[in-house]
Amino acid sequence: MELIKPGTNIPFTKYRRVAVVISSVVNLAVLAVLFIKGPNLGVDFAGGTVVQLRFAQKVSIPDVRQALGQLGTGDTVIQDFGQQGSNEFLVRLEKTSVELGALGEQLRSSLTQRFGPKGFEIRRIESVGPKVGSELRQKGTWSIIAATIMMGIYIWFRFQLRFGVGAVIALIHDVLVTVGALMLAGYEFDLTILAALLTVVGYSVNDTVIVCDRVRENMRKVKRESLESIINTSINETLSRTIITTGTALLVLFALFLLGGGVIRPFAFALLVGFFSGVYSTIFIATPVVLLWEKGTRKRLIPEVRSQKPAVRDQKSEVRLRKSETK
Amino acid sequence: MQRSVAIRSGLFILATLVALVYLTPTFISNLPSWWSEYLPADRIHLGLDLQGGSHLVLEVKVDKAIENNIERIKTDLINLLRERGISGVSVERVKGTQIEVKSPAANVERVRGLLKSDFANLEIIDTQTSGGTTDFFLTLSKEEMRSLRDYAVDQSLETIRNRIDQFGVSEPTIVREGQQEILIQLPGIQDPERAKEIIGKTALLEFKLVDDNANIEDAVRNPPPGDEVLYGRDGKTPYVLQARALMTGEYIIDARVRPGQQLQGPYVELILNARGARLFEQITAANVKRHLAIVLDNRVYSAPVIQERIGGGRASITGSFDIKEARDLAIILRAGALPAPVEIAEERTVGPSLGSDSIQQGIISFVVGSSLVIIFMIVYYKGAGVLADVALIFHILFLLAILAAFKAVLTLPGIAGIVLIAGMAVDANVLINERIREELRLGRSVRAAIEAGYERALPAIIDTNVTTFLSGVILFQFGTGPIKGFAVTLCVGILTTVVTAVYMTRIYYDWRMSTRKLEHISI
Repeated sequence: MELIKPGTNIPFTKYRRVAVVISSVVNLAVLAVLFIKGPNLGVDFAGGTVVQLRFAQKVSIPDVRQALGQLGTGDTVIQDFGQQGSNEFLVRLEKTSVELGALGEQLRSSLTQRFGPKGFEIRRIESVGPKVGSELRQKGTWSIIAATIMMGIYIWFRFQLRFGVGAVIALIHDVLVTVGALMLAGYEFDLTILAALLTVVGYSVNDTVIVCDRVRENMRKVKRESLESIINTSINETLSRTIITTGTALLVLFALFLLGGGVIRPFAFALLVGFFSGVYSTIFIATPVVLLWEKGTRKRLIPEVRSQKPAVRDQKSEVRLRKSETK
Repeated sequence: MQRSVAIRSGLFILATLVALVYLTPTFISNLPSWWSEYLPADRIHLGLDLQGGSHLVLEVKVDKAIENNIERIKTDLINLLRERGISGVSVERVKGTQIEVKSPAANVERVRGLLKSDFANLEIIDTQTSGGTTDFFLTLSKEEMRSLRDYAVDQSLETIRNRIDQFGVSEPTIVREGQQEILIQLPGIQDPERAKEIIGKTALLEFKLVDDNANIEDAVRNPPPGDEVLYGRDGKTPYVLQARALMTGEYIIDARVRPGQQLQGPYVELILNARGARLFEQITAANVKRHLAIVLDNRVYSAPVIQERIGGGRASITGSFDIKEARDLAIILRAGALPAPVEIAEERTVGPSLGSDSIQQGIISFVVGSSLVIIFMIVYYKGAGVLADVALIFHILFLLAILAAFKAVLTLPGIAGIVLIAGMAVDANVLINERIREELRLGRSVRAAIEAGYERALPAIIDTNVTTFLSGVILFQFGTGPIKGFAVTLCVGILTTVVTAVYMTRIYYDWRMSTRKLEHISI
């Protein structure tokens, strides 16, 4: 079976201006919302308490709110959680067990009054103090920035600086798109989301690596063509593997999203969006950056490319190849 | 060629056997006893989010420990000044951690001498002279403060460990984290609230005299000098006490629950060491017929009348406890007081039913997700897809075995990581297979196409895995409990996929090529 027929030649680079405009608009919009409204932070980052409750019988949100009313904990958000009909709720309290003392005990006694001792189950309590929250927020942001820069440096080291820069810009795009999608879908940002964003950074760059690898190879092979056409050929030649590698990851992510349960769902969602965006950004963001760079310094860069270190490495692998053929 | 294939297959078979040995305890629960004697018997450790339990991060209020220490030094200084007959000197604690000594001009030199000889650990940070009095501002040196802070955290950790051990939790984790934090993990705990009560109590026990002359109502509004108002366990009954504690809980060597007589509930009996016993005897002898309040963490538990001098180093705390409360109180008194108050900075408690639900959901999504991948690979790459699927199964085997062997902790995000990696594991095979197809299209022989497929795909495979691995490492650095679990499965999984997807599948092709002429490949 072949998804992309060999010899396919979609003029991707032609669409790059449109794509760059659309992506920039999307990214700026996400940035604007991030700065104006800020992301919807979960307790990990904002501090506060989240309690997962399950009731033995059908219970409505107002029922739960009424029962908890006596706690007097300020702003309380109650939402449905888990599968439909499982009578599970997520209660978000502003305060933490530091301020509330025996929070669990208080919850238990107010719920017992209303639903009886066997009528409910406290399945999970997560309480994070405001200090820890802001610390995690800071460290989390830095870890994403550090990871992105590290990817850029790695690509620079393995290929060339302009590919590294292209990869970094593509990654910023992927992270922003993912963040935007999470905000649109109304998911809270917590540590698992952060893990997802870091994974997006680590995995989305893979497609860029695959394309860069091919561009390098084709630069050696085809000497007369313009960089734009080499890049376009390379994207087309690697298109099926880019789609399939990401596609298999998306398959398992769909399974996780649908079946993995409430805690994992936002995580799977972030990865779905991020990985998908990774394919797009490789084709439409990373390569235009490389091309843009090339435009500015065309005369200087093209001849230089051939004498780059990578070419030497490839010669080596060719030697190895011939050796193994003669075995 | 044939020899190399044999050696490599042998290695793989060996690795598989080792992996199976490591995984046996996880999947078979009742192993014969000889197994655990000679072979690894550890199951894959489940994180608190999967087996249920409490994860707590306590912040030790170290500044409070320093303040307490300064307060003690202040008391010592006052006593020593009185002993030496240096009069007219006032000593105050100011700005939290400073001591201000105000001395009249006549005594300045004696005070200075005393500070130098007996309080060498204090630094004079400022001296001001005006209108015949000299002000000394003193504080502890930086090193002294640092070691006090360290001591407070270490001592708290020891005390908490003691309390938890007596409370009876199997396999608790209690470690120091960072400057002033203590991480506590209590797997499988049934009553997290009670555990928190026991852990978090400062348990500062003090014996204070009740000021019988004071009018309670007046004192509540405006306590007489030297007195303070504290409340009973109900938080409502006020007691007017002399602020100075006659004795503290540091002399306790044991505390036991004793059954009460008739209608009274159980009480807690304290056994004091020799010094404490002597002190207690002196105190009771000097204050017969007065009320002695027993104060724990600024709550008055009881204030009985001293009937007579009490010798023998035994004291008791009554106060209508139920048996559970009495037992908890005995535990914390036995384990000793915390040198500083602690605060819960982070708490994550998961009930056991949620944990097992999570495991089930994890397994279902794993089975569904990896089945989808397996089917896709067979449909898309036929024979080569089957090979990739076999590699995928071995990857999962090795991944789980490594987790078991290195006692890594499997968490819910960790399970998600295993599922995710199943989707990434075949990436290397995709890259190789696509390359082989390309080479075949260029008209190369099957053999050359396979060789080229592996050789040319390898750099990209390495690069892609290195980048994902790097992000896993960063995540591991940053993450806490469950997230670390994800980072670990991600990193280990990447290593095992490279081994199985690249090197293991290659053994198969090499074997095929070494035994007969390979003219057709199903890809």
